[in-house]
Amino acid sequence: MTDKTGTMLYLDGVSVAFDGFRAINKLSLIVQPAEMLAIIGPNGAGKTTMMDIITGKTRPDDGEVLFDGRTDLTKLDEAAIANLGIGRKFQKPTVFESQTVWNNLEMALRKPRGIFRTLFYTPSAEDIARIEEILDIVRLSGRKDELAANLSHGQKQWLEIGMLLAQDPKLLLVDEPVAGMTDSETVETAKLLKNIALTRSVVVVEHDMSFVRDLGSRVTCLAEGSVLAEGTLDQVSANPLVIERYLGR
Amino acid sequence: MISQALFRALDRKAIWLVGILVALAILVPAANLLIPVGQPGHVPTYVVTLFGKYLSYAMLALALDLVWGYCGILSLGHGAFFALGGYAMGMYLMRQIGDRGVYANPELPDFMVFLNWQELPWYWQGFDNFWFACLMVVLVPGLLAFVFGFLAFRSRVTGVYLSIITQAMTFALLLAFFRNDMGFGGNNGLTDFKEILGVPVQAATTRGALFAATALALALSVLVCSGIVNSKLGKVMIAARDAESRTRFLGYRVEYVKLFAFTVSAVIAGIAGALYVPQVGIINPGEFDPANSIEVVIWTAVGGRGTIVGPIIGAILVHMGKSYFTSALPELWLFALGALFVLVTLFLPKGIVGLLGQYRAARARPERSGNQRDAGVDPQPEPAE
Repeated sequence: MTDKTGTMLYLDGVSVAFDGFRAINKLSLIVQPAEMLAIIGPNGAGKTTMMDIITGKTRPDDGEVLFDGRTDLTKLDEAAIANLGIGRKFQKPTVFESQTVWNNLEMALRKPRGIFRTLFYTPSAEDIARIEEILDIVRLSGRKDELAANLSHGQKQWLEIGMLLAQDPKLLLVDEPVAGMTDSETVETAKLLKNIALTRSVVVVEHDMSFVRDLGSRVTCLAEGSVLAEGTLDQVSANPLVIERYLGR
Repeated sequence: MISQALFRALDRKAIWLVGILVALAILVPAANLLIPVGQPGHVPTYVVTLFGKYLSYAMLALALDLVWGYCGILSLGHGAFFALGGYAMGMYLMRQIGDRGVYANPELPDFMVFLNWQELPWYWQGFDNFWFACLMVVLVPGLLAFVFGFLAFRSRVTGVYLSIITQAMTFALLLAFFRNDMGFGGNNGLTDFKEILGVPVQAATTRGALFAATALALALSVLVCSGIVNSKLGKVMIAARDAESRTRFLGYRVEYVKLFAFTVSAVIAGIAGALYVPQVGIINPGEFDPANSIEVVIWTAVGGRGTIVGPIIGAILVHMGKSYFTSALPELWLFALGALFVLVTLFLPKGIVGLLGQYRAARARPERSGNQRDAGVDPQPEPAE
């Protein structure tokens, strides 16, 4: 494949099998700095497994996974990868339900993660301002003292995006961010992600085609664990293979 | 930094609790020693000792709650740390007997003379010094918890599997301490203590001092635990309890968070054990019995896990119930205890403290009761991904 240096995320020939089933099959993918990539594909195409591999939850059997053109992610665990600057939003919104919105963000805020540094942490004025700013961006300022459990589904999604922002990652992996959102929320989310992608790399997995169109980014279609087609949304959705295997008709 | 953390620890509930414990540490021994027998307000010595014992149990329950209630680690072997702290104190007390034992051997405790041992084993060296023994009270349970926790948490052993291996740990120690050639007195354990720091263990003044020490140690544990759970680390502990893998993706090393809580908890349990032994006058391998550790879980559940005051209330109330039952209806106690656990699990997932909280919340805002959940313990946290 092309040159690895200068890329934010570089996957080459990655394969992983679970009990003989090849979830990911010689997958190769590149994300540049400050670039957005939308990934579409049928269920079971390996989208979530790909994110598991990048974030250290699953070890690939084969292939190369590089972050920032040099760091081998297959040797690191989840916490180390997160601290390198890779943030992940899950398909099902996973926020810490028994804690307040504010505390969710405070925990996510990019700060030293050591035990004693965390034990003796006192938020600085700067930290508080940053959390307030994020609350504003994700429109949860009015609910900052409520338990995350009491948020609506869409608000949980936004809180999780807020937590991603607080982590201040270089690369964001966003799994189905608009599932369960209303149309207007979906439009807002697309704006927010496009804004984030001005300075960071963003990988979005999504089924909602109108949302992917709103993103206006490069699109990769996965099927059966490898890349089926790449290009703009129009190019990809015009591809006969994609129509046959994913879009239908 | 540390003063700020301490300041944060002093939320209103903790201040009240610490205040009450300090007041008890002064008033109870005073009522025992200064008010003459028969006068109103006199507290008999046996009551002082009984409640001193309860307070050491309360400390053990608080220690368990730090790992179970806040970190989601259901340890069924916390009695082991309590017993190890107790043994360290017991060894000091044995050495203080000197030549007043049955065999009048100035160097060896009676059970070693009985076993025909010629000299003190190496691991008994130093225990004639009170401060060395105190150091061991902290170090032995702490080190065991650290090594055990390091191996278990790093291998990501969680849930019921972790509970089972903690149970196996205490059971293994039970069997080991039963053996005579371990050098800890076999199944009789260590007993027949005479003096502590040069004063008779049985004296009313000593009893009062031990009660005060236990109440103060509990107050200090309350401060430490509430400092931890109110810090950001405490929030991360709760996060790891509710959604462990999500917490990892935020960049926290959950295994070290758990290891920290587990080690601190074991140290508190060890100190509790060390305060317990001079008050009851004996430590034997029975303290390692897995059933004891399970009982600690019941006290904590009854009082309310995931709260600071809950396990303290639970430990004291269950023991008051036990004192009543074992004299009034001794054969029914275990059934009552079992029924209590079942009922609390089914109907009071947050224990007595949770019930009080619900009652207060319902009175404060009757129109919204039920759809707000309290911070802290979520009895059924949704597993993440």
